[in-house]
Amino acid sequence: METYTLIVLLLAATIRVATPLLLAALAGMFSERSGVIDLGLEGKMLGAAFASAAVSAISGSAWLGLGAGIATAVLLALVIGFACITHRGNQVVAGTAVTIMVVGLGPTLALAWFNLGGHTPQLDGPGQRFVGLVWPWAQPAREHPLPGLLYAELLSGHNLIVYLAAALVPLSAWVLYRTRFGLRLRAVGENPHAVETAGISVNALRYRALIISGVLCGIAGTYLSTAASSGFVRDMTAGKGYLALAALIFGKWRPWPTLGACLLFAFTDALAVRLQGVALPVVGVIPVQFILALPYVLTVLLLAGFVGRAVAPHAIGVPYAKEK
Amino acid sequence: MSAAAKLPRWAELVLLPLVNLTVALLLSGLIVLLLGESPWTAFKLMLSGSLGSQEGIGYTLYYATNFVFTGLAVAVAFHAGLFNIGAEGQAYVGGLGTGLVALWLGNAPALVVLPLAILAGALFGAAWAFLPAWLQARRGSHIVITTIMFNFIAAALMTYLLVNVLIKPGQQSPETREFGANAFMPAVHELLAKIGVTFAGTPFNLAFGLALIAAALVWVFIWHTRWGFALRVSGENATAAVYAGIVPSKIIVGAMLLSGALAGCLGLNELLGAQHRILIDFTGGAGFVGIAVSLMGRNHPVGIVVAAILFGALYQGGSQLAFDLPKINRDMVVVIQGLVILLCGAMENVFRAPLTKVFVIFRRESAAK
Repeated sequence: METYTLIVLLLAATIRVATPLLLAALAGMFSERSGVIDLGLEGKMLGAAFASAAVSAISGSAWLGLGAGIATAVLLALVIGFACITHRGNQVVAGTAVTIMVVGLGPTLALAWFNLGGHTPQLDGPGQRFVGLVWPWAQPAREHPLPGLLYAELLSGHNLIVYLAAALVPLSAWVLYRTRFGLRLRAVGENPHAVETAGISVNALRYRALIISGVLCGIAGTYLSTAASSGFVRDMTAGKGYLALAALIFGKWRPWPTLGACLLFAFTDALAVRLQGVALPVVGVIPVQFILALPYVLTVLLLAGFVGRAVAPHAIGVPYAKEK
Repeated sequence: MSAAAKLPRWAELVLLPLVNLTVALLLSGLIVLLLGESPWTAFKLMLSGSLGSQEGIGYTLYYATNFVFTGLAVAVAFHAGLFNIGAEGQAYVGGLGTGLVALWLGNAPALVVLPLAILAGALFGAAWAFLPAWLQARRGSHIVITTIMFNFIAAALMTYLLVNVLIKPGQQSPETREFGANAFMPAVHELLAKIGVTFAGTPFNLAFGLALIAAALVWVFIWHTRWGFALRVSGENATAAVYAGIVPSKIIVGAMLLSGALAGCLGLNELLGAQHRILIDFTGGAGFVGIAVSLMGRNHPVGIVVAAILFGALYQGGSQLAFDLPKINRDMVVVIQGLVILLCGAMENVFRAPLTKVFVIFRRESAAK
């Protein structure tokens, strides 16, 4: 029974860790499917985490925070778009640069505005955070472990953004595979010249993809600072943007497999926390760093074609120059 | 864009980077203004803090040494048409090699331990670059992504080693014991003191000379050897290279091994020269600064040394800024760094077109006369 409870709690932790990963990975899916490498995921998320925490702290409203987070991430996405789409700059450099800039800018602005040594004030007022929504009968359901605990821990008790992220997977799949926009988006990532020939603007499509990516990163960042924790701290994304990128590749740039990859990576993360210092039978104590490095090792193996094959959108990373 | 309108060489190599840099600094000034400080005061403080005293110059060149190594690493890969975003991880693991030799032979004669430490750093760095290179060459795995992944794997590996294996017994912070004194890279102020010149005590050490030698060797290699020629051809036009009988996979692996080896030398400055022990995150993002340095320096060793000194001054001046202005902390340096990378690396086309127009007008006028 105790093992069962442990497993359920582990799965619940997995869902919490997976949410920002999933949002960022879906963000990356839109931009990369349009042919733009998205190394700015980390920066956009971090920028949104700062903006949402700052605005929520000042205004007292988590919703205004969410708005600010999304606006910030979209703005950063547009900077990347201006450099890479309009002026055909190097996409890898642009994403890296924006990330580095935001890593510095968050604590700098936080220090100047709040004078708390680089983080934002604690969000503890009512409505300043996205808190867990307890579903009906979740409390009494705990009495009946088998379906009840699953219901109480896995379905109930998460905040709004978690459910939103879950809903975004089928929505993204629908947009990508069942709408005209999705068809064009996929086409522009594979063969932009063909899309241009059909009289559709490559640049406009890519800008739209980047804006979607910004919105999703904005939600992901808001989740980190105003839902999963209560305020912005330095480097709070801690590589999650790159882990999301790995998950996106592991999911072969498709929504459902990307969800699977995010859950897998989040599970290893949650497991690493649980296994810290615990001696297992046969193998003994597994160093936590090995488990944390596992997603990256798996992604390299996948990219190498040793476990399945990940084929990137064909035109990815190539700036598009309109023929004259 | 028409082929006829091209910037003259000097404008492409000097003017354009300067324009980009100026815009990046202006934007940084705007942020400083936003923070409620005077940009002009900040600029003067940074200048005097980095170049206005012996101490400032020493620290500037000490920081610059790291950036020369990582900048060269990124540039060599660039010439082969590869984006090595993993200099950070290669420098980290390379430092492990350097540090292990220094821990092991720290009391052997300096003439034995220092060359071995250099060799180990280069070897470990190259080894960490090998797998991504091999995977790109043989399996077509995108090297940008694999090197990013290897940065994280390196970080996990080093944390594990420092926390569980190499840690000095009986202490909390994950770092090794101090190296033996013979494994210290001689500091410049100590050397100068021997010939009777006094220079302020800073971590500025002989590794700077090694970095300059490395830059010279890279220059010879890239532009004056067959192998360097093959590397450049392959980077410019991979298809043409194949027709010329150049084997792409050899170029990819070779360029990345060299790139990793150069990045791996960072430990000579940071560990042997300054810290005298291996510690967590001693690379401090220098691998990413290397991207900026390489881009600003137009992938040429001379440009890289100049750009590295500029970034060194930025780092040193930035700490002065954080020290003197209460509303600004060291993170401002990171902001400026990000802006410089963005403007010099990703947005250079923004100003190329207007600059080209200006030059075309000038030429027309001089032709009319």
